[in-house]
Amino acid sequence: MIRTRALTKDFTVGKGRVVRAVRGITLTVEPGELVAVLGPNGAGKSTTMRMLATLIAPTSGSATVAGFDVVADAAQVRRRIGYVGQGNAAGHHQKVRDELYSQGLMYGLRRHDARRRADELLAALDLTELADRKVSALSGGQRRRLDVAMGLVHAPSPSRGPGQPFLLFLDEPTTGLDPHNRANLWAHIDRMRREREMTVVLTTHYLDEADAMTERVVVVDHGEIIADDTADSLKAKLAGDRITVTAADPGRTAELAELVAKLPGARDVTVARRTTAESTVDSPDAADTVQARVDDGPSALPELTIAAHQAGIRIAATQVFRPTLDDVFLNLTGRSLRDGEATDSEESQS
Amino acid sequence: MSVMSVYVDAVARPARALARDTGIVMARELRPVLADPFSVLFGMVQPLVFLGLFGPLLAGSLGGSEDVWPWFVPSIVVMTALFSTSTTGSNLLYELQTGAHERMLVAPVRRSALLIGRSLKEMVPLVGQALVIVLVMLPFGFRFDPLGGLLALALLAVFGVGLGSLSYALALAVRKQDWMFWLVQQTLLYPAMILSGMLLPLSAGPGWMQALARANPLAYVVDAERALFSGDYSASVGWGWLAAALTAVVGLAVGIRSMVRSAD
Repeated sequence: MIRTRALTKDFTVGKGRVVRAVRGITLTVEPGELVAVLGPNGAGKSTTMRMLATLIAPTSGSATVAGFDVVADAAQVRRRIGYVGQGNAAGHHQKVRDELYSQGLMYGLRRHDARRRADELLAALDLTELADRKVSALSGGQRRRLDVAMGLVHAPSPSRGPGQPFLLFLDEPTTGLDPHNRANLWAHIDRMRREREMTVVLTTHYLDEADAMTERVVVVDHGEIIADDTADSLKAKLAGDRITVTAADPGRTAELAELVAKLPGARDVTVARRTTAESTVDSPDAADTVQARVDDGPSALPELTIAAHQAGIRIAATQVFRPTLDDVFLNLTGRSLRDGEATDSEESQS
Repeated sequence: MSVMSVYVDAVARPARALARDTGIVMARELRPVLADPFSVLFGMVQPLVFLGLFGPLLAGSLGGSEDVWPWFVPSIVVMTALFSTSTTGSNLLYELQTGAHERMLVAPVRRSALLIGRSLKEMVPLVGQALVIVLVMLPFGFRFDPLGGLLALALLAVFGVGLGSLSYALALAVRKQDWMFWLVQQTLLYPAMILSGMLLPLSAGPGWMQALARANPLAYVVDAERALFSGDYSASVGWGWLAAALTAVVGLAVGIRSMVRSAD
């Protein structure tokens, strides 16, 4: 569905200063895939997507989308993709149904078909009751659902079986939405995908979203792909589980740490002050908790508990933290994916 | 199937496809205007102030209202067209910011149609506004030649398409510094207006002003509008049509060029 070869994009900013936003992306996406492109702000995610959607021309390299070159056959590509950009697709002075209707006409539908298509999409995205409202009167979540509906105007209709291959680009579809609206939008996208043959490529900086919703994660940093796999396999290969174990007697923490170090795949073993909420008060004997990364946390902990019991060490508490994609990114780059996004309050969750 | 056949047409008959795309864009632009016809009145506030407050002053200093209306009402008709078409780029500017424009750049419509459709739409509010002014002035003794009045509206519509295109081109040119739009529009608007002889006859002004006016297409349009509303089919009508046609051709050329390059 998508094939890119060494795609690059330079932007000239100011006097002759060139910023290389994309530095050679080679990527293949098969029909039917759901791929998340993940990376910090400025990594080149949107620029790549805009090149694939024929909005901007690559500086070098090549890309075919749905079998057509994005530069030479841009018109053919446009007929076969839906694109939901970061902004709102619908004009604010327009009515919801009118915008879907115009969009249908733009994609070559006849009037009758465009009208029917608008009604289908309104129903599919729970917008029927808002059909005659002005776009400016919609809430953020409603507007985003309308954006997705606009992007699907020429997707093969579920009632008429598989049509020509269809690809949907979603550029940060859920940014700025509250958790409820994010879940709601995802439920819709998920259902659309089950009902029709379509490929979805999306960018996001919500780690949990890429993790939970998509089958394949492409991690982009500084304009390059630094990892490309399923979320589970990325986490297993590149991060591992984090465990913390607290000894009941702080005096035996060092011994406990030795036991932890013997667990399969144990690494990064550190002894630290317990950081749970109830013990934030500094005390001399607070260094009672052992932290480590292990290959398989849930099976390592029972093993450790038995070993500690045999050594006569009583364990007060244990915890397993499954790795997040942020751990993957941290391992790949030495930086947290969230570093550049401290201002985004939504990012503080995990 | 229908998509396929439309595609074949698009290759076989580009002109027809361009007309179809233009029609879609124009219909989309017109929908909010027709749904709320009173919105066109907003663009008329300033011209109506000139008509209501400046008109009587003019009548007082130049003679009775019977002499002044045939001279000043066409001015106000042109002024209304000038105000509404020169500001229309701000609508596009808004869609450039929200993402609606980007969405249409990805859609399989000709980018030239995105401009032409918008510019042609300008004719509708423009003619509507002109009719309002003429109707409002009838009870105050304004009289006009019916055929000439019709031709005057047609001429103004052609001029409005050109000016609207230029306003869209301006919006596209300043899309990354949007405050520039109003700065440029206001800076150009008033000199163009004064140097067209719209408010006061330029014959009383110095030579350099008259020379500048001769280079101002708006001056020819104003003269032609006055002539046509009075049923006087003199050479000034021809010059007016030429000025309007030139504005339309140049405006569309510049506008289309800007639109095609508006993706990045």
